[in-house]
Amino acid sequence: MVYKKRLDGRKFDELRDIEAKVGVIKNADGSAFFKIGNTHAYASVYGPKKLYTRSMQDPKSGIITCKYNMMPFSGAGGRVRPGGNRRSKEISMVTENVFKDLIDLSEYPNAVVEVYIELPQTDAGSRCCGICAASLALADAGIPMKSLVGAIAVGLVDEKVVVDLTYEEEHYPEFAKDKITSEHVADIPLAFIPGSDKIFLLQMDGVISKKSLIEALEVGKKAADKIFDIQVKALKEKYNVEE
Amino acid sequence: MIKFSEGSVVVPGEAVAEGKEYRIGQGFYRVGEKVFASRLGILRIKEEDNFIYLVPLTGVYNPREGDTVIGKIEDFHSLGWRIDLFCPYSAMLMVREVPGYVPAGELDKVFDIGDLVCVKITKVTNNKMIDVSMNGPGLFKLNEGRIIKISSQKIPRVIGKQGSMVNMLKDKTGCKVIVGKNGLIWTKGEPKTEIIVNEAIKMIEDLSHTSGLTDRVAEMLDKKMEEYNKNKG
Repeated sequence: MVYKKRLDGRKFDELRDIEAKVGVIKNADGSAFFKIGNTHAYASVYGPKKLYTRSMQDPKSGIITCKYNMMPFSGAGGRVRPGGNRRSKEISMVTENVFKDLIDLSEYPNAVVEVYIELPQTDAGSRCCGICAASLALADAGIPMKSLVGAIAVGLVDEKVVVDLTYEEEHYPEFAKDKITSEHVADIPLAFIPGSDKIFLLQMDGVISKKSLIEALEVGKKAADKIFDIQVKALKEKYNVEE
Repeated sequence: MIKFSEGSVVVPGEAVAEGKEYRIGQGFYRVGEKVFASRLGILRIKEEDNFIYLVPLTGVYNPREGDTVIGKIEDFHSLGWRIDLFCPYSAMLMVREVPGYVPAGELDKVFDIGDLVCVKITKVTNNKMIDVSMNGPGLFKLNEGRIIKISSQKIPRVIGKQGSMVNMLKDKTGCKVIVGKNGLIWTKGEPKTEIIVNEAIKMIEDLSHTSGLTDRVAEMLDKKMEEYNKNKG
């Protein structure tokens, strides 16, 4: 049986509930909160400031460092060991690469912009949620950047393209209510600049056909545009601007 | 065609205008026909010469030649002091740029680490090396008074048009006020009036994106000063 109805009753191209807020951390230069379904992320930005690891200084342009951290109590299962692990290192790196080409720090030689992403509660799509929060926080800190970025996970569940997977959908064979036709689940985190075809993040877990992948990218692009609208609203709300 | 009205808030990646007739200033970039904003700020339009530019709402201080700033002594060198300007780059104050006699090898007798000084930026190079000077009127070491730090992007509102806001603060409270372009503001006067000035500055910072601010601040200052004079007398 092909996936007909989603486990949480959403439409196939419907996102989970999104909430965005800017300026939540007082001591940071820029900060934001982003929530999608049960995944919550706080991002804070410090800088541009002096980079004291002098071997890392770049006299042509400033650099950006990102740190992704899941809090010990954030997972659905047991306690996550605090501190870094291989997974958080990888996600920190891909987040850094998303913003490396997006922000312009040529005005700030030898300086650094630090981004910290903390996740107090996670379901699925935590790296996408973190990137959405970080892009809001960077804009709030006044860093020159090409655009805000909308990140979202798309995927293939039982031969059907879906957007914004939950934990149950990522492990569909375990949680399926009906008989399943295909064991394969694909999970593709994406990051788009709104209104363009430029992809800043594309990773994949699982198996997907070429046709489905192209379809998934199209769906993801539309979802990223929706996220962009929410981000714009959140930023303007901070300055009490109604539109 | 400009999609927003003058004074509206724009965010990075928002298409602000379309068409090649517009000249664009700081804070915008162009892709084909479209003009996009590249940082969070307020849109300003000069109708007569088709010019649009952006006034940033947030961000760190960008040092410029001729700015008066308040800095903190950070370190000694053989020929001067290194000064923290509360921005990503520190400045150099040479001994010859300080009026009066400075005994050789005893720089800490003049300015010690942690002292606050009001200085003027004389030079900023492309790789952000900053030279400052203390030769000039109104530049000195800040010995007494109270210091407050706000976002450097809000400083133009604290100064006001031709200094209207800062002059009003001075006249109404009788305090001495020095506004550093890097976001530090020094006040000196009666301790209680200093607090009133700081409250007014905080108010300007919170409401900096709204219009008609001078009147509202004046109203608030009148109320506070009346209360202060009543308790004093």
